[in-house]
Amino acid sequence: MSDAPLNHPEIRRLTPVLAPGHTYESVTEKISDVVLTRPIGIGWLAGFAVAFSLLMMLTVAITWLIAKGVGIWGINIPIGWGFAIVNFVWWIGIGHAGTLISAILFLLNQKWRTSINRFAEAMTLFAVACAGLFPLIHTGRPWMAYYMFPYPSSMGIWPQFRSPLIWDVFAVSTYGTVSLLFWFVGLIPDLATLRDRAPHKWQQYIFGGLALGWRGSARHWHRYQSAYLLLAGLATPLVLSVHTVVSFDFSVAIVPGWHTTIFPPYFVAGAIYSGFAMVLTIAIPLRAAYGLQDFITMRHLENMAKVMLATGLIVAYGYFFEFFLSEYSGNKFDVFLVQQRLHGPYAPFYYTLILCNILTPQLLWFQKVRRNVAALFVLSLVINTGMWLERFVIVVISLTRDFMPSAWGRYSATVWDYATFAGTLGLFTTLLFLFARALPAISIAEMRELVAHQSEEHE
Amino acid sequence: MEQRSQLYGVLGEFESAHQLLHAAEQVRDAGYTHMDAYAPYPVEGLSEALGLGRNKVPLLTLCGGLAGGLGGFGFEYWVNVISYPMNIAGRPLNSWPAFIPVTFELTVLGAALCAVFGMIALNGLPRPHHPVFNVHRFLRASTDLFFICIEATDPKFNLPETVRFLQSLNAQHVTEVQDEE
Repeated sequence: MSDAPLNHPEIRRLTPVLAPGHTYESVTEKISDVVLTRPIGIGWLAGFAVAFSLLMMLTVAITWLIAKGVGIWGINIPIGWGFAIVNFVWWIGIGHAGTLISAILFLLNQKWRTSINRFAEAMTLFAVACAGLFPLIHTGRPWMAYYMFPYPSSMGIWPQFRSPLIWDVFAVSTYGTVSLLFWFVGLIPDLATLRDRAPHKWQQYIFGGLALGWRGSARHWHRYQSAYLLLAGLATPLVLSVHTVVSFDFSVAIVPGWHTTIFPPYFVAGAIYSGFAMVLTIAIPLRAAYGLQDFITMRHLENMAKVMLATGLIVAYGYFFEFFLSEYSGNKFDVFLVQQRLHGPYAPFYYTLILCNILTPQLLWFQKVRRNVAALFVLSLVINTGMWLERFVIVVISLTRDFMPSAWGRYSATVWDYATFAGTLGLFTTLLFLFARALPAISIAEMRELVAHQSEEHE
Repeated sequence: MEQRSQLYGVLGEFESAHQLLHAAEQVRDAGYTHMDAYAPYPVEGLSEALGLGRNKVPLLTLCGGLAGGLGGFGFEYWVNVISYPMNIAGRPLNSWPAFIPVTFELTVLGAALCAVFGMIALNGLPRPHHPVFNVHRFLRASTDLFFICIEATDPKFNLPETVRFLQSLNAQHVTEVQDEE
């Protein structure tokens, strides 16, 4: 057993969240240099080119959609929701891991969150941007989307506050706003650092303006810490509420397969599951590209793998209970829906979903897998696929097989559906590429705190 | 152009958070009140060392949350009961459980906006320029150096004495800070 010493609990405990030997200066330099002085590499350019092409495809797809209407998509009656809602739920779920890392792990005083919270929050913002796009363009007349907000209109009408769709408008817009505030507050001290280190005048002006004149005063830090802690406390119930409200879009309806009380908790768990998968999908190439292995260590990757395993098991429990309750209730529509999942025209999607979301992630029980970067990367992609399929199964199977056979239908996506979905992947990746170059991807101020704690422990 | 400059205070530089904490306590115990410390990250115990009391951010946040929640519910009530009543499946006009999600979201939104903008406003930001920025070494306050500034407005402030006092606390560089107008 050559690797036996590595598995020794004492050694594992000591696997650091920050590689030893770092000082305030070295962490600051390493992170801020990526933004300030590092030249743009060929890898970044190539990646950005691909992402940007996909983004351009999105603009084409949306332009065509606005010109022709939602008929260019595969949606029909009875399947009015289709890809747009599948993608909406998928994206908003991905965003949840960012808030979980920045807020909940902060409240739980988990030090390992420090080096991943900044880009996880950025990921949240970009995912919410992609998510918000779908209901907007799915309305068919996106230029009238402001009807959803309560404003004193000349028609004298108001939104219907008993409707989950209006709850959704408030939940998602609040979530987007609070995530942006949280992200910006975290950035203020780092923007000041960039202002003070920037070699060029124009950089000093931009970062100086954004830093609002932050000077690290003890009085400011005092209020800053209060505000940050309160934001974390507010974002924690908020993130749980957002996917709960998203699940209400389904569970408040009486459609078989949707009308269950297990939906809110299992949607939230699924959101965190897919979100952590996406954090890994981003973190693994990021740390390799910018040499950040000292900051995003094996310990981070392994912890994230453990969170995925735990939330994956909650999701599996949700699937099981969905299945069990419909059988146990004996309700013929619910029983029929389960049969449709297992044997209907979309059964291959259901089996792939089980394979991706439940069976494959069991590999994470093995430490060898959790500590294998390549395996984790592949698994994160598998889980993201699985979570997308989950939403597809929920939306499409229920809508194609509701109460009356005369109302049954079939759904298949068109090239425009795929183009729009791939386009949002482009939007997300483009924003990430720009973020990695324009702002510090790791919180510098918090890394300095970590250095301070580490040196205290050594004293 | 003629530049008038006025003494803002005296700035002492320290190499570690430990030294800064120790010095802040000494400055407070010496009876200075108009002073501030500057650190590249929030140093634990610094607010206590400087004798800062509780701040108003939590109170503002509470007010924002209450305003958001009460305002949100009140607005929903007014819309669905008074301004635009609609009978949906025979349910009461004031179907309050259905109003809770939006009430909750607006509570969080109000509280979060007040926490962030309250913090920024109480800190007197945005303020692009501040006299301490005139000291060249202060650039490193956002990387790895710690500072204490005793301001000229302090009743106990006396230039030579305050400089000597900061030096006695093992401050590496003690500099006068000029406020250029």
